[in-house]
Amino acid sequence: MKILTSNYITCAVKACKSSTLSFPLHFQDAELVQEEVDFNAEFIVGILPRIEWDALIVTAAELGFTNLPAQKPEPTEEAPLGEQVLKDLHKLLLETQVTEGKLVCGNCQHIYNIHQGIANFLLPNHLV
Amino acid sequence: MNINNFEDYEVEHVHRVYEHIAPHFSATRFKPWPIVESFLRNLPIGAVGLDIGCGNGKYFTVNPNVYIMGSDRSSNLVRIAHDRKSQDSLVADALDVPHPNSRFDFAISIAVIHHFSSPARRVASIRSILAALKPPSNDEHDGGKALIYVWALEQKNSRRGWGDGDPQDVFVPWVMSKRLPGSKNEADKHNRQTPEGCKADGDQGGKTHDEAKEGKDEKEGVTYQRYYHLYRSGELEADIASAGGIAIESGYEKDNWWAICAQR
Ligand SMILES: [Zn+2]
Repeated sequence: MKILTSNYITCAVKACKSSTLSFPLHFQDAELVQEEVDFNAEFIVGILPRIEWDALIVTAAELGFTNLPAQKPEPTEEAPLGEQVLKDLHKLLLETQVTEGKLVCGNCQHIYNIHQGIANFLLPNHLV
Repeated sequence: MNINNFEDYEVEHVHRVYEHIAPHFSATRFKPWPIVESFLRNLPIGAVGLDIGCGNGKYFTVNPNVYIMGSDRSSNLVRIAHDRKSQDSLVADALDVPHPNSRFDFAISIAVIHHFSSPARRVASIRSILAALKPPSNDEHDGGKALIYVWALEQKNSRRGWGDGDPQDVFVPWVMSKRLPGSKNEADKHNRQTPEGCKADGDQGGKTHDEAKEGKDEKEGVTYQRYYHLYRSGELEADIASAGGIAIESGYEKDNWWAICAQR
């Protein structure tokens, strides 16, 4: 699972969606790999406004990446983002993948497992 | 239809079948539908969306400028999608998707909703897709949009020949050869058994519930029966309206009804 994906994931339990505690889910025992992905600067520029930055900071810190700026980079026409900033974001969001571990809901504490890079969000019957 | 527990029914007649036929099914699913392709190609760079019931992830590679998170009930199909190394995929139920509301520019759900076995569950699946979309603001065209495809009842010109007056809730057999999975020749042999003939892809002619049974033949392989609700003309748009959405554009393409919808 790519780190970018965790920015668009919450608890599958319906009652949790209205709780601010359910986003982002929290990583535990995560094992990471870096996997090369084609760099697409325009894509990073396009997706940046669609990212919940505060959630990304939480997620990144849980995975050991503590050097993100506190504020989302806001490119302007006069001051577009530099290539290095875009490449760093590309590396974190798309190339860093969680292969094994758990995602925990901060509201209901339900644990979702990640195995061989795939997270499983099927709920046991009593939570459906 | 007299079903006590719709979910158990779908586990038996949809999920279990796809889990078993995954590699064979995937080997026959590689050509994207033209309307799905153009929907995905016309998205802005950096758009973020969902593929609900992504199967083998055949739409992941259409537009490398957007981000798609695909999900499916079948972990065997998600494994195949994940191995594409493009986009991302996860195992989830279309009625309990693990995505926050109102965040997504787009969604697609291709040949999925017709597998839900009650009207309430089909509407609930559309409601869940609509909830994930960005709501429209002042300009009614700037919210998220979803493209939904379902199998049509009206397919007189197909080998199945269904049409008005035929049952809408059917079993469609999938014949999986034991010897050569995905082999065209092998699948062709099965065509003799159905008068209408069929594609060499394991999809066979439909049967009503009473006729359907899961068969096993030493020579011919295993037959799995998948449940489908075949949509009548106008029914998809009505389900979208019941789910609180609006069909912006809709049509018919090769035995399927499709609609592009948004929150109302
Ligand atoms: Zn929860």
